[in-house]
Amino acid sequence: MVMMTNGMAVPNGTRATDPPEPDWYVPSVGLWNMRRAQVCVVTLVLAGLTGLSFGIKHGDLAGVISSLVVVALGLAFLWFVFRRYRAWTYQERHEDLVVARGVMVRRLSVVPYGRMQFVELTAGPFERMFKLSTVKLHTAAAASDARIPGLERTEATRLRDRLTELGESRAAGL
Amino acid sequence: MSSEVTSEEGWRRLHPLSPVARIGRLLPVVVVTFVLSPHGRGGGGGAHSSLGLYLTIAIAIAASIFGLVHWLVTRWRFDGDTMRIETGLIRRDSRQLPLARVQAVDMVRPLFARILGLSELRIRLAGSGSTDGKLAYLSEQHALELRDVLLAGHRESDPVVAAVPHRPMATVPTGRLAASILFSGLSAVLIAAVVTLLVWDDLAPKKAAAAAGILLVYLISLASALWRRLSNGYRFEATEVPEGLRISRGLLQTVSETIPLGRIQAVRQIEPLLWRPFGWCRLEVDIAGSGTRNQRGEGSHTSRKSLLPVGSRQDAWHLVHRVLGGPAPTLSRPPHQARYKAPFSYHFLAAGHDTNHGVCVTGRFRKVTAWVPLQKSQSIRRVQGPIQRRLGLASVHIDVAGRRVRGEFRDRSVAEADLLVDQLTELSRAARLRHGDAAAVRFTREAGAAPAGWYADPSGRHQMRYWDEQQWTEHVGDGGATAVDRL
Repeated sequence: MVMMTNGMAVPNGTRATDPPEPDWYVPSVGLWNMRRAQVCVVTLVLAGLTGLSFGIKHGDLAGVISSLVVVALGLAFLWFVFRRYRAWTYQERHEDLVVARGVMVRRLSVVPYGRMQFVELTAGPFERMFKLSTVKLHTAAAASDARIPGLERTEATRLRDRLTELGESRAAGL
Repeated sequence: MSSEVTSEEGWRRLHPLSPVARIGRLLPVVVVTFVLSPHGRGGGGGAHSSLGLYLTIAIAIAASIFGLVHWLVTRWRFDGDTMRIETGLIRRDSRQLPLARVQAVDMVRPLFARILGLSELRIRLAGSGSTDGKLAYLSEQHALELRDVLLAGHRESDPVVAAVPHRPMATVPTGRLAASILFSGLSAVLIAAVVTLLVWDDLAPKKAAAAAGILLVYLISLASALWRRLSNGYRFEATEVPEGLRISRGLLQTVSETIPLGRIQAVRQIEPLLWRPFGWCRLEVDIAGSGTRNQRGEGSHTSRKSLLPVGSRQDAWHLVHRVLGGPAPTLSRPPHQARYKAPFSYHFLAAGHDTNHGVCVTGRFRKVTAWVPLQKSQSIRRVQGPIQRRLGLASVHIDVAGRRVRGEFRDRSVAEADLLVDQLTELSRAARLRHGDAAAVRFTREAGAAPAGWYADPSGRHQMRYWDEQQWTEHVGDGGATAVDRL
């Protein structure tokens, strides 16, 4: 999925409107695999537990039905998680990074590279299992919300290095 | 600078009377301990009565030793463009304050220090991770000189503008301040509680007394909060100075703050419900400061300063105009369907922008108008909730440093929101480039090296003043008529 953007070296000071804007990118399919695994494991555990407790109390049929209900809920949630995964996109424009996300509440952040304070690259235990990383862009504003989860490591480090480089060349004071 | 000890390496000490002033700050605590102790009340036995006295003496001695040690171990000096402050006996604390990053300098004079002619200097820096500097205490004269040195970078290099006299821009009469505090939510609560207790006292004296006992702590803290508002805003005066805007205020403890105009992140005008009959409002500015705690990049710390505790809309308008410069953008209302999403705040909702600022009005009961200079914007965001999507609405935020303020173009139509994101991004970039290295937006930047002619009077006393390419002249114009008034 990683679409390298080597071809878009844009000289400084180029107006954003002159050359065509680069494409939108999406997180790795690994993010979907990770989320799916998380939801499936939690659903199965919950289904087992409810099935057991209902089964002991009210008989086998109740146990089976209750665990089926939990599985159905899990599947519905999985659908939601899938849509949320699909909603993540980002675009490295010439002057700013654009990140769009969200299904219920749709958010779109435009963060100029010059406003970047630092880039954070994190990988939690689950993300490490799936060889993924999250890149987060910090600005002086707490509300700026530019986070891209589920990037493959090569893409994440590439993005981090590129952002750092752009941030340095375009830094602006507070 | 005579009273401060100077060593050969250029290290300087605080004023020798600083320990005394520090003890003075503890005086209320000592008095309270003394009064609350059994001795102070006059009751109790012999052993108890002397306990309070001993405790008081012990506190006083500990404070004197602490103050003396602090004075002995604290020193400061200039290393080129950096100020260094060293303090701490056991854990040595050495702070480097680069002059280029000074955001604001405050002079604080608590009552006791005022009597001794001393003053505390607080230095705020930009950026996260750095800390603020504090010098307590210096002699008043010395503090004033040091403040000028620290703020030198913010002074307009243009001598014409630097020569703008220290002109008062806004003052708050004590009567109006008192009235504004009286008509606030806090005092409404206090008055309601006291009246209820009094009425109850008539009906059931015993129960009311018990309730009063329980509520006493809350009532006292309410009253002291109101008192703080009064003493903080007392004799409030905003003055235009070459370094920016100087605010002096205070009853017992006086504070003199200097706000470099280029450091202002946002200005908010707040019109509380209870003040509406009088047409009053208050103004707050947010300034980028340093993070006092490690906030892990959750936005750098901003400090909020009062630009006007209470004033007419005219005063506020005048101040905002001076601080941010330029004409106000025209505001537009959100589309009609926003009424369904925000039934209680729709009547206030409005927003607009020009090439320099974004202005957003929000609020249910109190009207809040936020001005955000676009060159300070950190990011632009478009947010659309499920209800908004159904109604074809979206909100656009202009984020500025800190976690408190942002400009919010709430509930605009989707087409407008999309356009706004593009426009604001582009305008912010243009504004950033325009102001790039320039220190700040200045009162009269348009007069910088302008050709001779009539321009807006920098002193504000008249509509126009003649600029002869070198300096402002004494010729002024008001509504077509000319007159002579020395700057």
